[in-house]
Amino acid sequence: MKELLIGNAAVARGLYEAGCAVISSYPGTPSTEITESFAKYDDVYCEWAPNEKVAMESAFGASLRGKRSACCMKHVGLNVAADPLFTMSYTGVNAGLVICVADDPGMHSSQNEQDSRHYAIASKVPMLEPSDSQEALDYAKLAYEISEQFDTPVLFKMCTRVAHSQSIVETGERTEITKEYTKNPQKYIMTPGNAIRRHPFVEERTKKLTEYAETSPLNRIEEGDGSRDFGIITSSTSYQYVKEAFGDSVAVLKLGMINPLPVKLIKDFAAKVGKVYVIEELDPIVETHCKNIGVDVIGKDQFSILGEFSQKSIEQAFDMPDKAVFGLDTDIPVRPPMMCSGCPHRGMYYVLAKNKITVLGDIGCYTLGAAPPLNALDMTLCMGASVSGIHGYNKAGGEETEGKTVCVIGDSTFMHSGVTGLINIAYNQSNSTVIILDNSITGMTGHQQNPTTGYSIKGDPAGKVDLEALCHSIGINSVRVVDPYNLEECEKVVKEELAKNEPSVIISRRPCVLLKYVKPKKPLWVNPDTCRGCKKCMKFGCPSISFRDGHAVVDTTLCVGCGVCAQLCPFDAFESEVPEND
Amino acid sequence: MTKNIMIVGVGGQGSLLASKLLGRLLVDEGYDVKVSEVHGMSQRGGSVVTYVRFGEKVYSPIIEDGEADFIVSFEKIEAARYVQNLKKDGTIIVNTQQIDPMPVIIGAATYPEDIITEMKDKGIHVDDIDALKLANEAGSSKACNIVLMGRLAKHFDMPKETWLAAIEKCVKPQFVEINKRAFDLGYNC
Repeated sequence: MKELLIGNAAVARGLYEAGCAVISSYPGTPSTEITESFAKYDDVYCEWAPNEKVAMESAFGASLRGKRSACCMKHVGLNVAADPLFTMSYTGVNAGLVICVADDPGMHSSQNEQDSRHYAIASKVPMLEPSDSQEALDYAKLAYEISEQFDTPVLFKMCTRVAHSQSIVETGERTEITKEYTKNPQKYIMTPGNAIRRHPFVEERTKKLTEYAETSPLNRIEEGDGSRDFGIITSSTSYQYVKEAFGDSVAVLKLGMINPLPVKLIKDFAAKVGKVYVIEELDPIVETHCKNIGVDVIGKDQFSILGEFSQKSIEQAFDMPDKAVFGLDTDIPVRPPMMCSGCPHRGMYYVLAKNKITVLGDIGCYTLGAAPPLNALDMTLCMGASVSGIHGYNKAGGEETEGKTVCVIGDSTFMHSGVTGLINIAYNQSNSTVIILDNSITGMTGHQQNPTTGYSIKGDPAGKVDLEALCHSIGINSVRVVDPYNLEECEKVVKEELAKNEPSVIISRRPCVLLKYVKPKKPLWVNPDTCRGCKKCMKFGCPSISFRDGHAVVDTTLCVGCGVCAQLCPFDAFESEVPEND
Repeated sequence: MTKNIMIVGVGGQGSLLASKLLGRLLVDEGYDVKVSEVHGMSQRGGSVVTYVRFGEKVYSPIIEDGEADFIVSFEKIEAARYVQNLKKDGTIIVNTQQIDPMPVIIGAATYPEDIITEMKDKGIHVDDIDALKLANEAGSSKACNIVLMGRLAKHFDMPKETWLAAIEKCVKPQFVEINKRAFDLGYNC
């Protein structure tokens, strides 16, 4: 059947058709839809794990037991899961194991632009890299064959443009695969004595995989019509841009397997075409390989190491003429992303900003609190770093910082890696105040369940972590719960907890307004007769409120009636009854 | 020859359904199709863009400067933001709705109210339409996206019935009637 599928859904389809029976993942843009799409199949097991390391190890367990398995994550998630990855390279697999990792060149939704291909080289694990949805499906199936044939986990590298672009795929049928589990301590128990014997296996495997790469259909040469006096080595979405810019006029070596890279194939291609360009987003991985094997190529000297490519960036690099464009004289104001109308995080941020509190932040929708007008954040690094960070900050700052610093972390991020930082705070006793922004969902990635929500990926009832009890049990005595829609209460509790001379946790609890079960209230209305135009409500940064003709106006199509703005207004201009015909 | 359509607007305005409809329609018509959008952070009320490309064989999933045959903008200044992507003989369909971005809300920037006039003065083919009003007429402000698809359909030489059939495939049964009405209002205005 022919379907238009985003790359991520095509990966899921390929994994499914290959007989994958277990997927464990942690959500992260641009990887999330692989797992979400897979969860729609009935005859497989699929879950959100608390973090990527847990997910990868679960997938490993499933492989060990004899079922084809996978785990999916964004590029930075692979940092979290790097520990099992490097040793799984030594143990190899029983049934096939595929690790999907999605890079985000251009940082559409990420805190850095790291290139996951380095991990394949460093862990000595093969990596495949599709360039559209059909390849995503086909390669996913092939990945399992490689995994089992060579006894290795296989990294499957996506990038934003392949992950989130739809193209036509031909789908097939599912095959079921089960392997016997037999106890094999020399292979699966990585004590030094066993691991030392597995390392030569890994090196030997890389040699065999290199031979495979020389002739595998994953790496193909497209001859071109001979009208250009050079050739291009490329892969992933860059291949599509090359074809868009050059059509069939240029010879292309299109790489679908990015680790290990072929040697003879590249040398032969270079000998045939003469001058060779390597076009790859981010780091010079293929370029470095070519230079290492003595093939002279032009790469990062001509193509940026930063951001995404496009047909335009390639055309410009080859001095092809720019297309004619319209220009306007007026400056267009930027439209950055922002917290939604009625977002529960906003109330807490308002209180923190008002009291000039230093705020160490974390990864999620609430990172948007860093933007004007709230400007509420001082730091955002990686998942969980707010909690570990405030501990060090206060140990260094002592009394100077303890009473005026908090950290903020979402419920899902706290489960991911915040809890270990909190254990450190409790164990090593820093006088730190941790605010868990509990909106009862993993928000930024598009509403995934997590261990605090009580529901599984399929929406079925599941175990539910009791945050208050968890905090108490690790040794935090002061745990308070507040409603971020109640500014007075928030301010009181924040001040009280900061004044205490012990570790404390404030749970700021209210579900995300975008959740289906959260029913919006009636929108508010600004009475122009009572509004004095003081703009106090504008400091709150609600997208529903704008300023026209000297007073505040509420956009009733956006307002969800949270009523926080009404608490800010000194003149009681916000009213709950919208007059008719307004 | 590959044709390029961009759908631009503000995160949350429903461009996803519009691109789904276009994708469905074009696949049914037998074209090679690529649709590209970015999920995640930028969707939180930020400026969003979807690329739809179709033809005999489509490579790149994205549309660059001066390459779009059509731009469908769900909001006034988003049209201006992406107009550099329009081909010199392309057409930009603009919903005249104004949604203030945060810098305007907090007074750090002003909203350029006359931007459509400026675009027309520059010789750009602008087809402006109050899609929100028509959507409300159809029965839901959320049908703005389909009003705009109706307007786009007018510039295409594909029978209207093909579009209506694609709507049936893309929206939940209970919303088919509203969306067909919205499509008609966009098509006929």
